[in-house]
Amino acid sequence: MSDAGLPRDTGLTLWEVFIRGRRGLSHVHAGSLHAADAEMALRNARDVYTRRSEGVSIWVVRSRDICASSPDEKDAFFAPAADKVYRHPTFYDLPEEVRQM
Amino acid sequence: MSDADQLADARAEEHNNRFATMLAADDRIEPRDWMPDAYRATLIRQIAQHAHSEIIGMQPEANWITRAPSLQRKAILMAKVQDEAGHGLYLYGAAETLGVDRAQLLDLLHTRKQKYSSIFNYPTTSWADVGAIGWLVDGAAITNQVPLCRCSYGPYARAMVRICKEESFHQRQGFDLLLTLSRGTPAQHEMAQEAVNRWWWPSLMMFGPPDNESPNSAQSMAWGIKRFSNDELRQKFIDMTVPQAKVLGLDLPDPELELDPHTGHYRFGPIDWDEFARVVKGGGPCNEQRIAHRVAAHEDGAWVRAAAIAYAAKQQTDGGDERATDAGATTGEAVA
Repeated sequence: MSDAGLPRDTGLTLWEVFIRGRRGLSHVHAGSLHAADAEMALRNARDVYTRRSEGVSIWVVRSRDICASSPDEKDAFFAPAADKVYRHPTFYDLPEEVRQM
Repeated sequence: MSDADQLADARAEEHNNRFATMLAADDRIEPRDWMPDAYRATLIRQIAQHAHSEIIGMQPEANWITRAPSLQRKAILMAKVQDEAGHGLYLYGAAETLGVDRAQLLDLLHTRKQKYSSIFNYPTTSWADVGAIGWLVDGAAITNQVPLCRCSYGPYARAMVRICKEESFHQRQGFDLLLTLSRGTPAQHEMAQEAVNRWWWPSLMMFGPPDNESPNSAQSMAWGIKRFSNDELRQKFIDMTVPQAKVLGLDLPDPELELDPHTGHYRFGPIDWDEFARVVKGGGPCNEQRIAHRVAAHEDGAWVRAAAIAYAAKQQTDGGDERATDAGATTGEAVA
């Protein structure tokens, strides 16, 4: 949730929290919190983000350790995907006889 | 004009255009997007005030935890007060994405440079107040907050989705508490009525001044931060609440409250905006007490924060943080 990389002047580190809602699903970003170490971050994440059984597994990662693409170069960065319509199945017209593929 | 200036101007215009296009498309603004300084400042002020309200709001209710009439009511109230702390944390987290630090925001609260919702400057003088807060104060908060789930700023909107889900438990437990009292002994019924009498008008003030005296509303609407005007939201809350009061068997303390058959809305009597201004400016019954308690809690907790940091540092120098190694293993599994 937080903007990785901004300087923080508190003694506690900022962590990002990812939660697996139930078995079979990926971990999804839930939010952030402050903690002194990984164990405290996990306990705080449990208290802050899973008070109603929202998760079966939690990951925490220091916000400063996340590398993110920059929104300023968004267009250029994702451009390679924009002109490759043939990557989608809808690009291909099938003869009518083929009902399903 | 130098080339550098021209380049800067062109860049600023491009940024502004992209921001305007995203708003027009009802896209969400995310933390690392460019945004106008005033948009950022407005959000920081609003989200911080919202976060402060959540954690100050713990006080009037926590007042009754030790005197709850049953173990179940006590457990429910503790869960609710814990939720309020959680809501504060979600919101401080959302504010931090805008480049401020939580410690900074707490300082601003403690030194009264930022405000919290005025409603929490009223005392909880009976157990029924816990019910009235849940039903009316949380009810008004939900009415305000549901549209914020579609706020243009992504982290704020996401925090609000989570909060709104939890608030509906808060409102129902309040209603349930009042219903039990209202259908109890005559003294219990009277206690419930008395609480509703005290909390009704301050709850209506929670929506803020009338539209013609709310100068910042138009800009917030244009930015997609606010979706409905103060008066619209207040009317919506009243229309929802009047029928619920009938079910409770309690009166709302406004003789002018009456359904207008032409509009389908309830007409209501004048709100005492002088009282609102007085309480906002610090003249409410509990302003001093709330801040003093918050500052004391923060200072009393300083050794816990210091100890946690010292412990974490010691674990690192003692040859590694075992839990961090475990977490690393889990991440590795996901990558594999």
